[in-house]
Amino acid sequence: MNLWGTLWDTLLDILPIVAVIFGFQYGVIRKPIKHLARVIVGFVMVWIGLSLFLVGLEQALFPMGELMATQLTNADFLPMLEEGSQRHWRDYFWVYVFAFTIGASTTLAEPSLIAVSIKAGEISGGTINPLMLRIAVSLGMALGITLGAWRIVMGWPLHWFIFAAYLLVIIQTLRSPRSIIPLAFDSGGVTTSTITVPIIAALGLGLASSIPGRSPLMDGFGMIALACLFPIISVMGYAQIAQWASKCKPKKKPQQMPREDNNAL
Amino acid sequence: MEIVVSLVRQMRESLRDLAPVVLVMAFFQLVVLRQPLPSTLDLADLLTGLICVVIGLTLFIKGLEFGLFPVGESLARAFVTKGSLVWLLLFAFALGFGSTVAEPALIAVANQAANVVAEGGLINHTDAARQMFASSLRMVVAASVGSAVVVGVLRIFKGWPLHLMIISGYVIVLLLTLLVPAEIVGIAYDSGGVTTSTITVPLVTALGVGLASSIKGRSPMLDGFGLIAFASVMPIIFVLLFSIIGLPFLPGVAL
Repeated sequence: MNLWGTLWDTLLDILPIVAVIFGFQYGVIRKPIKHLARVIVGFVMVWIGLSLFLVGLEQALFPMGELMATQLTNADFLPMLEEGSQRHWRDYFWVYVFAFTIGASTTLAEPSLIAVSIKAGEISGGTINPLMLRIAVSLGMALGITLGAWRIVMGWPLHWFIFAAYLLVIIQTLRSPRSIIPLAFDSGGVTTSTITVPIIAALGLGLASSIPGRSPLMDGFGMIALACLFPIISVMGYAQIAQWASKCKPKKKPQQMPREDNNAL
Repeated sequence: MEIVVSLVRQMRESLRDLAPVVLVMAFFQLVVLRQPLPSTLDLADLLTGLICVVIGLTLFIKGLEFGLFPVGESLARAFVTKGSLVWLLLFAFALGFGSTVAEPALIAVANQAANVVAEGGLINHTDAARQMFASSLRMVVAASVGSAVVVGVLRIFKGWPLHLMIISGYVIVLLLTLLVPAEIVGIAYDSGGVTTSTITVPLVTALGVGLASSIKGRSPMLDGFGLIAFASVMPIIFVLLFSIIGLPFLPGVAL
């Protein structure tokens, strides 16, 4: 177990931010921090918590994720190939199922998404359910990763997918409730941090190196980009469905999503 | 005492959050793959690892609520009452730049990107050229996150509509994509995703929400979010631009 090394790395990662915060607090604002002891305890908890979290990931989740990515794309596991025939994309069925389920489940456990959804629940005054938000983001993430895996199998250019996803985002933006848009855009960036990126990267690398004609260097990239875009689509979709449902049944109790009319600028 | 009770409650939630990951992996191992664990993986190690993840997640979330969130929001409020936009923008840039430049995920991706670019023949196959490319890429991405937070803070102040800005960002990305070498495209798109780390996200969210709730006429829901959205589009634009404008000036470029 490499706890000390991770503690040190995490400290280096946190220090610039702590320096910026305290530097501006005491150098520019020149006011003491309220509840300083509590804040310091909080920072130490973040530091130790993040380090323990990373050590645990390193020891349990990453090796398992990598092992399964290689096992699932291994020729021994895939269905038998007939003499001289090409592999069909359907042969990778379990890879897609794995990509979907692992994308959804790791996003549910993502610390930064939990943090953002807590904040969103707080300031929306209970109209946004943090758990529902996380489920919507996870579904989007899962779709994005599955599509990314399928793209690597098919070998189609990444920018087609990105362009199509951008187009969908733009159309949805013009049609969904305005109050959800900023949160939806943010949830795209939130999903791809600590847990998800390494496991997706392992999956992409395993796929690209086991499929003939794909280079791990060129095709390994791009999954993160798709995983960033699809949560935007799913969160806006969720808001649209909630809005539509509340229009169909106007007498039902208030929906979980805030409606357009009471939150305009 | 109060802390202990809330930690125990948080621990229960962390367990619930992690259960799906463990279930998915167990299902695939036991039902789909049905292969024995290789000798490099020990079941006891896996279990201690999982326990570390649960405790770490619990401490991290509680620590954010005690430390980073209140400080970030009170700083945002203090800047508003101080009324100095210049200092606030400087703070925003320092926060974005500082939290990205040391990000482990970015360092890893930058090194891998240097290999791709060398493979594609854009830079020379020497360690010096690769090193140079990787560190300039990191600087470009960190600067882009800094400016993204600056633009986001300006937006909250002026009340500009977010969706028009993001859509125009997308259009710029699309246009630039047509101009750059194919090797850069994947790297540029991915760099948008790796920048938003576990520490940056909560802090930047706290800053945005704090600003929006202390400026008159702004709603935290409508204006507080959106900073991270900029932080994931801006790096794409900067990296694409860098490959057009900056790359030819790097030493060791084979153009």
